[in-house]
Amino acid sequence: MKKQTKAALFGLTLALTSALSMTAFAGDSDKVYRTVDEIKESGTINIGVFSDKSPFGYVDENGDYQGYDVYLGNQIGKDLGVDINYVSTEAANRVEYLKTGKVDIILANFTVTPERAEEVDFALPYMNVALGVVSPDDHVITSLDQIGKDDQVIVISGTTAETYLVKNNPEIKLQKYDAYAEAKTAFENGSGVAWANDNTEVIAFANENPGYTVGIPSLGSNDTIAPAVSKGNDSLLNWLNDEIVSLGKDNFFHKDYEETLLDTYGKDYEDTLVIEGGQPAEASTEAEAAAAETEAATEAE
Amino acid sequence: MQSLGLDVLFKGTNFLRLLEGLWVSVRISLISVVISILLGLVAGVLMTSKNIVLKAAFRVYLEIVRIMPQMVLLFIVYFGTTRVFGWNLDAEASAVIVFVFWGVAEMGDLVRGALISIPKIQYESAEALGLTKQQTYLYVILPQTVRRLIPLSINLVTRMIKTTSLVLMIGIVEVLKVGQQIIEANRRTSPNAAFGVFAVVFLLYFLICWPVSRLAGYLEKRWAA
Repeated sequence: MKKQTKAALFGLTLALTSALSMTAFAGDSDKVYRTVDEIKESGTINIGVFSDKSPFGYVDENGDYQGYDVYLGNQIGKDLGVDINYVSTEAANRVEYLKTGKVDIILANFTVTPERAEEVDFALPYMNVALGVVSPDDHVITSLDQIGKDDQVIVISGTTAETYLVKNNPEIKLQKYDAYAEAKTAFENGSGVAWANDNTEVIAFANENPGYTVGIPSLGSNDTIAPAVSKGNDSLLNWLNDEIVSLGKDNFFHKDYEETLLDTYGKDYEDTLVIEGGQPAEASTEAEAAAAETEAATEAE
Repeated sequence: MQSLGLDVLFKGTNFLRLLEGLWVSVRISLISVVISILLGLVAGVLMTSKNIVLKAAFRVYLEIVRIMPQMVLLFIVYFGTTRVFGWNLDAEASAVIVFVFWGVAEMGDLVRGALISIPKIQYESAEALGLTKQQTYLYVILPQTVRRLIPLSINLVTRMIKTTSLVLMIGIVEVLKVGQQIIEANRRTSPNAAFGVFAVVFLLYFLICWPVSRLAGYLEKRWAA
């Protein structure tokens, strides 16, 4: 019975998987998202945000969502004239939420990358970000070469830091965590020699926790953070782009920064981090060239 | 106490939120456990069947449950069914489906094991007394099986309660997630809150699981004879 059963089992699993994936292809063309009119009609918009990533998206002691991303979310709800249902997302499931239309917008510190742009549609950006690496004061890592072959670097699954290191430094051993809080606890307990994440994160972490230094403040290309909607949801995408441009006229995002980020990053980083009205301040030709390069590389793979 | 960061638990409604999160975990596991035990009894009886097709089907099912991490199952049920069939399952319903899918397989296997462990002579004696097959199961075999089963299934219950921490991946805010939210919201003012909050979360899990496993120990001793 043994050999035959095993073969039969294997065959059955294969058949099941292929059947599932075929139906998956067939279902892809269906519209999963809701247009602006449909959202207004239902009276509620579903927005995916982080619930444990202060100061961008977190829950305060009264159970209310707060932060830089949430500040924008609240404004979107107000301008659409609908109630907001915030959904707690993790870095690793943000794309999935949009692909299934379970949320209308993701406002979870979502970095724009060419790979993600194939899966979701990004609106105009509202923040700048690069990668950074933080390490303990007694062994500051200022260059990736310093990471030995037995050392482990902590990353959060599904973040840009993970993608970047896997692609550009495959020799570095990564220790992956699903939630921000877990990664932080692991790093503080010394499970890894360094922690790679968005530079905003590591700068804030080092500011708040004495004994840690951001040895590498800017790694990789400069990226932007933008709201994202389901692929093909042009109605909501256009509405968001108009919203971001018109909010920029009132310096909305600087106000947002001063309300939510000032305590963490100080006045110095305001103009570096904030993008007002969807227009990155610095000339973005370099970033675009880099993005085009990555895109070409992805296609080649 | 300040250094442990326990004070953050008493800010605003934090402790209440933690208890609400605990209730979410307990609710999901309770519903799943009840359904798993009922369906598991049926599945276990079917697993002892001599029918080859039935046997193979259960074998495949059991292997799938053993091989697939619960996290993958959660993603398949919550996001996968929307993509493939367009169903919009509620996150908690998806969690219950996954836990039942897992629970029925494990429970069924436990029932199968317990059934097999009943000596053949019990079946034969029942037959000699003129009991039908149904009567044999209902009055002779099942009561003995359940007795052997309860300690084992309670072990499954505590494992299920602990595994509910995975449901945060499909957007359900349960006790562990609330703990993480509290730690993060206070990371500037109470950087050490992680220790205190996780300790309290541990205590809450313990308070739920400990009586359950004590019950298992008690029943085991009582029914040992």
